[in-house]
Amino acid sequence: MGFLIDGFNQLQTWLLILLSPLNITEPVLQFMLVSAILGLSIYLTLYTGMFSLANGGFMAIGAYVSVLLTQQAGWSLSLSILTGMIVAGIIAVPIGLPVLRLRDIYLAIATIGFGEVVRIMALNFDDLVESFIKWMVQKEILFDSLISRAETSDMLDITIRDNGNVRVNFELLGGARGIKGIPVMAETWMLVLFLIIVIYFIIRLHRSRLGRAMAAIRQDEQAASNMGIDVVYVKNVVFVLSAMIAAAAGGLSGHLTRIIDPSNYGFDLVVDILAYAVLGGTQTWAGPVIGAMVLRALPETLRGFSELRGLINGLILLGAIVYLPSGLVDIKGFRGLVAYFRNNRTQRKEMVKDNANT
Amino acid sequence: MPILELKHVSRHFGGLLALEDVNMIVEVGKVVGLIGPNGAGKTTMINNISGLDHPTNGEILFQGQAIHKQTPHKITQIGITRTYQNIRLFGDMTAHDNLLIGQHARGRATLLESLFFLPRYLEEERTLRQRATELLAQFGLEHVTNTLAGTLSYGDQRRLEMARALAANPKLILLDEPTAGMNPTETHELGEQILRLRAMGITILVIEHDMSLIHQVCDEVYVLNFGCMIAQGTPTEIRANPLVIEAYLGVDEDSRSPRLHT
Amino acid sequence: MDLLTSTTVQQIINAVSVGAIYALFALGYALVFSILGVLNLAHSAIFMWGAFIGMLALDPEKAPILIAFSIAALLLSIPSILLEKRIVQPQLLRLPHQSQRFVGLIVRVVALYLLWQIGRPIYGILIGILPETMIIPAIIAFVFSVLGGGILSVILEFTAFRPLRARNAARLAQLVSSIGAALVLVNVAQIAFDWLYNRTEGYYPRDVQLLPFIPTETWIIGDLRITPIRVVILVIALGLMVALQYMVTKTQIGQQMRAVAFNQRISSLLGIDVSRVYIVTFFLAGAFGGAAGMLFGMVFLNVTPFIGESIALVGLTAIVLGGLGSINGAVLGGFIVAFIQTASVTFGGSSYRNAIVFILLFLVLLLRPQGILGQAEENRA
Repeated sequence: MGFLIDGFNQLQTWLLILLSPLNITEPVLQFMLVSAILGLSIYLTLYTGMFSLANGGFMAIGAYVSVLLTQQAGWSLSLSILTGMIVAGIIAVPIGLPVLRLRDIYLAIATIGFGEVVRIMALNFDDLVESFIKWMVQKEILFDSLISRAETSDMLDITIRDNGNVRVNFELLGGARGIKGIPVMAETWMLVLFLIIVIYFIIRLHRSRLGRAMAAIRQDEQAASNMGIDVVYVKNVVFVLSAMIAAAAGGLSGHLTRIIDPSNYGFDLVVDILAYAVLGGTQTWAGPVIGAMVLRALPETLRGFSELRGLINGLILLGAIVYLPSGLVDIKGFRGLVAYFRNNRTQRKEMVKDNANT
Repeated sequence: MPILELKHVSRHFGGLLALEDVNMIVEVGKVVGLIGPNGAGKTTMINNISGLDHPTNGEILFQGQAIHKQTPHKITQIGITRTYQNIRLFGDMTAHDNLLIGQHARGRATLLESLFFLPRYLEEERTLRQRATELLAQFGLEHVTNTLAGTLSYGDQRRLEMARALAANPKLILLDEPTAGMNPTETHELGEQILRLRAMGITILVIEHDMSLIHQVCDEVYVLNFGCMIAQGTPTEIRANPLVIEAYLGVDEDSRSPRLHT
Repeated sequence: MDLLTSTTVQQIINAVSVGAIYALFALGYALVFSILGVLNLAHSAIFMWGAFIGMLALDPEKAPILIAFSIAALLLSIPSILLEKRIVQPQLLRLPHQSQRFVGLIVRVVALYLLWQIGRPIYGILIGILPETMIIPAIIAFVFSVLGGGILSVILEFTAFRPLRARNAARLAQLVSSIGAALVLVNVAQIAFDWLYNRTEGYYPRDVQLLPFIPTETWIIGDLRITPIRVVILVIALGLMVALQYMVTKTQIGQQMRAVAFNQRISSLLGIDVSRVYIVTFFLAGAFGGAAGMLFGMVFLNVTPFIGESIALVGLTAIVLGGLGSINGAVLGGFIVAFIQTASVTFGGSSYRNAIVFILLFLVLLLRPQGILGQAEENRA
């Protein structure tokens, strides 16, 4: 394993030298890779014809769970990311079962709502726990164990004044300030490895029964159900898989920066993820990957425009949907173009022939 | 022995009665026709049998088992498949892949097995592909194996849809106007295909406007008008039945010229 | 009056005036959705621009900038629209089909750049002519907001929606393009805020008289404190809603709008100018959004480029509650959301205000996707 990582690092150094004219440094590359993983998470749902925008919420869940596990419980990175994925997957089930009955815009709205609820929960989690503990202390439920817990833990602080007033201080997620001082454990090779695993997974998925069922559901849900495909089951499985991939992206990115806070996972993130898929196109898995990389690299490459990043993103989203309806990776369009030029050439040849004949 | 039985089936859409107290018995190994003017409720009936829609009242039995509350995929798994009046192939997939999807209910390999190329997956994939190729040959579609279904010619699409319905190894196939838009030669060929399926022991319920096809293939015919079953009998009996003639002639000219309608 | 009831009445008054703004905003959403079947997520950006324009107009130092910019834009828009209609579009149609879009894009980008370059000196001259400070009556500022919102909305129709409709794109594609448009509008506002205020925040002047005969000081009735502006807002909002209702049900263009909402293709076969109906719809929606923005600014005083974000989801909840596409439902939904928010602030604390709205949104979608006033769609295969 060790020499592989060394080899990879060599490769990466060379790659970064090659990319340096584009202003792509290692942190930028890392975020390009995270975005590519996120792009694949939305690719799965879009490929099944589900317009779900819950990825941001699941990314937040993955990030918070894994960061808490490494930082507070001292778990290893891989184990805590795996746990984050599993937690997100488990949460996806009760969300998906009711929500995936909705279609189109209704599904989009409901999943946006889910993402916002997750973000607001992260924002207010500490307050909620605080008021709950305060209520417990006042009602003297589990009083002793709470007090002794507060003495040993640096998260929880309980002061009871002489006049009976209770002050509870609880800090785990840190509200709007977020979690600080996260150990930077993720490295570029891990991101690359995970991306490759996800891509392999998706390629195999496309050649499996489940993958074919996904494509069938996208094209005609009713006809698919008449083929013996359990539409509800397939949709939920895909939703869970997509949630797990997003959670892994969250866990990995959480360990790249020293700080995470709820504002990282708002509606902006969802729009970004959607933009990856729209720009790249969703005909193949390569679309969202390339879309994500381009969209992430662009503001760096066009340095000097970095404060215009939002504007550029918006223009690209608008321009891509209007002028590149199938995205950058457009296999059918490419084939069509080749066919068009080939026809043109043969037509021209025939015209020359006709002219020669007459 | 009846394979399919409809008992007092009604379907109401708000105030509209699409089906009203319909009774029907389809015997094993027979080809049964279902005719009636446009808007008589034929497609609604097929939708109810295949589980896309559910009756308001009454029950539907398949091999003695109640299926009127089942989901479509369960109904396919126990042996009923169908085609559609307006063809519903998976247009972005090749003809071959459409037949792989058609066999979905027969597959058992899990995602995990396909991830790691485990033997069951490989074995299953091989048999599914082989069967798809056989079906393409059976319906004379070898030349379009790798063509996207959406770009096939109309007749090929109709044939592919029938092949897809057959792919799941059904006991009963529901054909919803299989000859719509076909010329007499093509219609006759399709009739022969239906008879071949019957020879294989498959029961067929076919909605049809074309009386020549009905005469060619059907053992028994049911006639639906305004959601009610008005007649039943052999094709010859039906042709002579005054109620049927009235249903077709009495309403208006348009509904009598079925070939214009697709 | 005892304390509890007086605070309750106070809260109800607040909820009603905020509800009126929400309803006004949600109307714009509902109008576009009912006629195009498309959710215009850029509507919240228009709301923000309405608030922004209103604030600029009321600020004596910024008003000349707004007016000079508007005049310059107006001057340039007439020749450029003519150019587009008479020359660019006919010429584009003569090009081979495959290259039309691409060439069109290039031509328009170049044209926009040229317009920007021509516009700058015009703006410079105008700003020189205009006095350094101008005091604009609030009612005129309101008109600015309404027109600004309407015009921006029509521009959106041409850039983000019409090209997609022309190629029969999926409705979800139009949702995505509206998100793109929203991003552009918000970011442009951010740049404008930076330029005009050196930060991304601005404040409405206090105690603005929206109408000359309405006093600005707070009315005190018993324990109740009522700011007249809230009453004015309620009156204006209700007036606009009644006007819209009249227009949709009684006028010819309203009938055409309903026809297009029912079936676009048949309407055009019947000789209705569908394109005009879309323009009117977008203008009205934008005007309502702009009006809501300005009124919102006058109540809460603080304006940033991001005020659209929270109201976007509030508006979404309102129209889902009322039944997507139902105009009366949007009004009802707006008031319901305002009441729930006010109640949750009173009983729970302000931080859960939005969480409760989202949970509500979630529940409505799951339990009654057609909304309160919407009719269940029979699922006929």
